[in-house]
Amino acid sequence: MSTLSVSVWRGTESGRFQEFTVPRLASQTVLDVVTYIQRTLDPTLAYRYACRVGMCGSCAMTVNGRARWTCRTHVDNVAQGERLEIAPLRNLPVVRDLVTDMTPFFDKWAGARGRFQGGATRKDDFARVAPGSPARQLADAGIECIGCGACYSSCDVVAWNPAYLGPAALNRAWTLVNDVRDTGNRARLAAVAGDAGCHACHTHMSCSERCPKQISPTASIAGLKRATMEAALKGEI
Amino acid sequence: MGDERLSVRTQVLLWTAQRASAVVLAVCVVVHLVTIIYAIRNGITAAEILGRTRGSYAWAGFYALFVAAVAVHAPIGLRSVLAETLNWRGAGLDLTVLAMGLALALLGFRAVYAVFA
Amino acid sequence: MKSDFRARNHPAYWAFLAHRVSGVLLSLFLPLHFWALGRALQGEAGLDAFLRWSEQPLVKFAETVLVLLLAAHLTGGLRLLALEFLAWRDWQKGLLAAAAGLTLVAGLLFLLNV
Repeated sequence: MSTLSVSVWRGTESGRFQEFTVPRLASQTVLDVVTYIQRTLDPTLAYRYACRVGMCGSCAMTVNGRARWTCRTHVDNVAQGERLEIAPLRNLPVVRDLVTDMTPFFDKWAGARGRFQGGATRKDDFARVAPGSPARQLADAGIECIGCGACYSSCDVVAWNPAYLGPAALNRAWTLVNDVRDTGNRARLAAVAGDAGCHACHTHMSCSERCPKQISPTASIAGLKRATMEAALKGEI
Repeated sequence: MGDERLSVRTQVLLWTAQRASAVVLAVCVVVHLVTIIYAIRNGITAAEILGRTRGSYAWAGFYALFVAAVAVHAPIGLRSVLAETLNWRGAGLDLTVLAMGLALALLGFRAVYAVFA
Repeated sequence: MKSDFRARNHPAYWAFLAHRVSGVLLSLFLPLHFWALGRALQGEAGLDAFLRWSEQPLVKFAETVLVLLLAAHLTGGLRLLALEFLAWRDWQKGLLAAAAGLTLVAGLLFLLNV
């Protein structure tokens, strides 16, 4: 039976890689590998997953140096010489082993006013948004985010500028800016502008490279740069 | 130096100024590169440079615009570089890059005057 | 924990590095450039003395690098303006290739003329 050599991060911010040998199977995912290690070789290994089908966004890890959703990442596509290196996401505090504390990530979603703010009541009729309208198309381009943190983990500006809201929060804000029902956009644009917001982005495009849903947060952030520039020139922020 | 931050609006206007100056610079740099490549064909002499620029309001105007744009563009770029590499933010950084911009403008306008007068 | 080179190893990141390095080096060079031109205040001879000094091979090489840096920062900047202000999703890589190509053309023209 062929095997896979796997280095797995153990510890917190400080720690070391531990070596495991795992049976190599057909159609094996990286999450399968981690699960095998935890169930068969070392039950103390901490990792996080839920849905196993690419919907929940909880199993992202750093695989051979790059952030990936492990449940949908096939070993075939990422193993280098039958070797894997599995580490927690970057730019987030490590709780233990492969588990990061996502608090800063989601706090920044709140900071970017990533929550829908409507103006209608239950007495109002449904809003009708034409699927082909330009604003709906722009919102659609970013709406499938599952909040896995792969972009945030890959972004150097997050590492260099701790206040920076990051690609996921800004992408979320851009989808709401393009939601014609939302009434909170003036405050939202003010929240996402400037040195800690969209204008800190240097278009490295690491977020767009790594997003497992093929979203381009870079494009969303560029949209915010233009919208907030317009608001600033008009004196609205 | 205090930790006072520029207002968000000012931050956005700085970004806008950098992009606007970039558009001006794009045109200026193309003209400048073409001039360089043209001017150095048979070696370059002071007489040749000064023959082109002395008393020419067109060249002086062009280079003055060039200097003004770069004095806006470079300090805003360095502000990001310094903030990100040295983790240096706030009024001290902002005043430092403002001083850099003023120094660049002064040196640049002096150079324009030197080849014009 | 921070990312290492494996996370950064993609074309748009190299473009960023080229843009940042060229920008910082050009900022450092500009005061020297202005100072050299300012020598014309001491008359033609002052500027000529400097130009003769700049004929040395090493200085000439540095000048070629500067022309390359300027062309790289120009084309990289045009790429950034396009990415920030235009709809670009599909031609991002084409922009990058155009920027790199134009930079090389400018550098070659300068070199061949020297």
